[in-house]
Amino acid sequence: MKNAASPPLIVNGRPIRVSARDKRKNLLTFLREDLDLTGAKRGCGIGQCGACTILADNRPLRACHTLVADVLGRSVTTIEGLAAPDGTLHPLQQAFIDHGAIQCGFCTPGMVLAAHAFLMKHPEPTRADARRAIGSNLCRCTGYQQIIDAILAAAPSYRK
Amino acid sequence: MDGLKEKAWRNDAEAKVTGRIRFTDDIKLPGMLHAVPVYADFVHARLAAVGTAAAAKSLGVVRVITSRDVPGSNRGGQILKDVHVLADDKIRYHGDVVAVIVADTRDQAIAAAKRVRVLAEPLPEVLDPEAALAPDAPLVHEGHGTNLIHRHVVRRGDVDRGFAESAHIIEQEFRTPFVEHAYLEPEAALCAVRADGIVEVRGSIQHPYSTRRFVAEFLGLPLARVEVVGTPMGGGFGGKDDTAALVCARTALAALLTGRPVKMTYDREWSMRESYKRHPYRLRYRMGVGADGLIRAVRCRVVANGGAYCSVSPWVTWRSTVQCCGPYVVPHVDAEVSSVYTNHVFTGAMRGFGSPQVNFAVEQLVEMAAEKSGLSGVEFRRRNMVRRGSTTVTGQVLDGHVVSLSQVLDRVLAASGYEEKLKRCSRGKGEDDYYGIGLALSYRGVSLGAEGTDVCAAVVSVQFDGSVLLDAGIHENGQGAESAMILILAEELGVDRGRIVFRPYSTSSIPDSGTTVASRATIMGGGAVSRAAAAIRLQMAGAVAAEFGCKPEDVRFAGGRLVAPNGRDVGFTEAAQRLYRDQKYPYALGVFPAPHVDWDEHTGQGKAYFTWVYGCQAVELAVGRRTGRIRLLNAWAAHDVGRAVNRAALLGQFYGGMAMGAGFGLFESVGMDGGRLRSLNYDTYRIPRSTDMPEMTAIILENRDPLSPSGAKSIGEPANELMAPAIANAYYHATGKRRCELPVGGAK
Repeated sequence: MKNAASPPLIVNGRPIRVSARDKRKNLLTFLREDLDLTGAKRGCGIGQCGACTILADNRPLRACHTLVADVLGRSVTTIEGLAAPDGTLHPLQQAFIDHGAIQCGFCTPGMVLAAHAFLMKHPEPTRADARRAIGSNLCRCTGYQQIIDAILAAAPSYRK
Repeated sequence: MDGLKEKAWRNDAEAKVTGRIRFTDDIKLPGMLHAVPVYADFVHARLAAVGTAAAAKSLGVVRVITSRDVPGSNRGGQILKDVHVLADDKIRYHGDVVAVIVADTRDQAIAAAKRVRVLAEPLPEVLDPEAALAPDAPLVHEGHGTNLIHRHVVRRGDVDRGFAESAHIIEQEFRTPFVEHAYLEPEAALCAVRADGIVEVRGSIQHPYSTRRFVAEFLGLPLARVEVVGTPMGGGFGGKDDTAALVCARTALAALLTGRPVKMTYDREWSMRESYKRHPYRLRYRMGVGADGLIRAVRCRVVANGGAYCSVSPWVTWRSTVQCCGPYVVPHVDAEVSSVYTNHVFTGAMRGFGSPQVNFAVEQLVEMAAEKSGLSGVEFRRRNMVRRGSTTVTGQVLDGHVVSLSQVLDRVLAASGYEEKLKRCSRGKGEDDYYGIGLALSYRGVSLGAEGTDVCAAVVSVQFDGSVLLDAGIHENGQGAESAMILILAEELGVDRGRIVFRPYSTSSIPDSGTTVASRATIMGGGAVSRAAAAIRLQMAGAVAAEFGCKPEDVRFAGGRLVAPNGRDVGFTEAAQRLYRDQKYPYALGVFPAPHVDWDEHTGQGKAYFTWVYGCQAVELAVGRRTGRIRLLNAWAAHDVGRAVNRAALLGQFYGGMAMGAGFGLFESVGMDGGRLRSLNYDTYRIPRSTDMPEMTAIILENRDPLSPSGAKSIGEPANELMAPAIANAYYHATGKRRCELPVGGAK
């Protein structure tokens, strides 16, 4: 096989078989159409809104601007992979719920993952830090205030 | 750290935070085809031919649809049927759709769309709304006979006398731009013809009944043969009405013609090109003020750019007309608000619905008048504001509810330290960045008012095991409407909210309850739920009242039990089961018709709205001396909401409304190049990011309204209509310069 030598694509901890044709696909399209992981959204298609944010090796990435080939060998996390396998929500997800950080929900998956990547690196953020952390993710519903509340409330769970 | 009084709750939160929820584009049906719209690069043109042969032969193309394929009426619209759903005689704006391509894949459809050839003869473009009213102006709709869509007036008292009695006259012109809703989810529709012949429509829409009408008329089907099924929507803000319904209509036709499910998902660029915007206004005001600081007269001439289609322009401009003098008593008024056809993108409903534009003008005008009168802006407002028993400019006496304008003002003044900070404003002086604080005040008529039929239905059905199904004619726009309905019902029935399931929406299961706009979800939907609950209580209490030795009305519902005045009680489930055993259903339809309103179109006088809400917002900002860059430092809002049903969701409406208002005030403006949009995505249309926003303080006032069965009123739009004038006033206090054209920060 031509692609036998390719390092595998890991999505939410599971290795995914990727064909030569798949490698040339847009990552967001591949996740949504081929893997039916529809949590990542297409809001703008030009990397401006952040609704398609996923993590590659725990770093936020705009899936709409990425080819599948670019993430081979890396560990991709989508919103579907954040909760525990038994369905228990991640503390950050629970904080989004508890603080009213969710309205229409279209930006939520990208927003949660952007915040998750930030908190893994900065588990003791100030309010201003948290505000900057989501500066690349647009939300038209919430005015961001309760999202920032949620990020700060979840931060202690990252201090381990 | 976590200062949470009470955890937030909404019924769809877990599905949204896990990515499990499926928006329209997230759903796939077996055998599904993909459709895309085809545009033509004309602003105003006589359409000669749409050449589809090359596109039809493209790889993967199943069908190319033009106006000739329409089985029903190709004219759509909520007020005037002037939308050519697929362009036929003319192209009236750059976003008119001339054809739809249906293909196996979306990429194939996009490729084929480029091969459609449009032959058209360009016509003179009508771009300026005032020039459009000239007698010799080319017409956008020849059949309409004029480019004037509609003109509303308010004629009250004698303005000439009012101006003669005035010590000061203030004249000013204000302008506002095209504004994009910028919902994060672009338009999408997924339609299928079921085996029973029913056309099933899913889509990113906020008005299921309007969508059903558009689809049914376009396909030539009775309403009962079209079923619009509730689908999560990624933001609307008033913008998922007409355009979204048109996308559904074209997709439904594609499904009908191909016999297969068809999905049409818009790119952001198509969405911004085609979808309607907030109306740009040009507002000319003349205000006369007496030596006592009381407003004597207002004359205003307002022109709204309606773009290519009527949409809901007459309703938007009606609200502008009713609220044309802000929340102030004015004895003599002569107002005219006109909406006009042009060859621009059409304009329609957007959060605020005609109030953000007039508030931007009026809330600066009163400060200009205050300055001329030697009064502070706050003192001038206090002297002129409506109070209980005041008569509005349309002759409506404000009674029957608490007129809380001074309450909201006082709360914002206190929370912000306004009076002290006002003294520190730079007024264009000093070495550092300029500093300013400003505020704005409004009242707002609740729900649709005298222009629309305003009624809402809810069905409550208690199951044999005591669980409860709730169906209401209110759409979940993301604001938490379903959760609010559930919470109201839980309280009315005295049961835990966990017992209640909100049924996914279907136009076939609940009577037409109008559109979920106008901040009417909680008051109208909540009203219908309250009435259904009252009927259920009587039914269930009826099953046990005789045994309890009391009247059904005297049974209380609390803690999951029915309790008689003498203390006897029975569980909610047990009571439901007794009804079932008596061969009766604990089932009720609740209907809440809005209380009486009236309107005289010729004089602009009448009881415009059955009740009102009151709000005040303030903002503190810095302006870079060299850069001119505006940075918001703090913002406050106080709104009387009647009653808070879901506190966290309510705060979300405050903050989200303030943010959208800040964008309107600071930098939002759709770039126009003739009739072509320059802003087609988020790189060229800027909306507020987290880093543009300051910390916000929300102050909730609760004066329960006796006309609202649940006590609750509105918040969605009130929260959105004040930040722009507050910013303009703060900018003035900072720099000494009045900005009478939005955005205050200047258009790109």
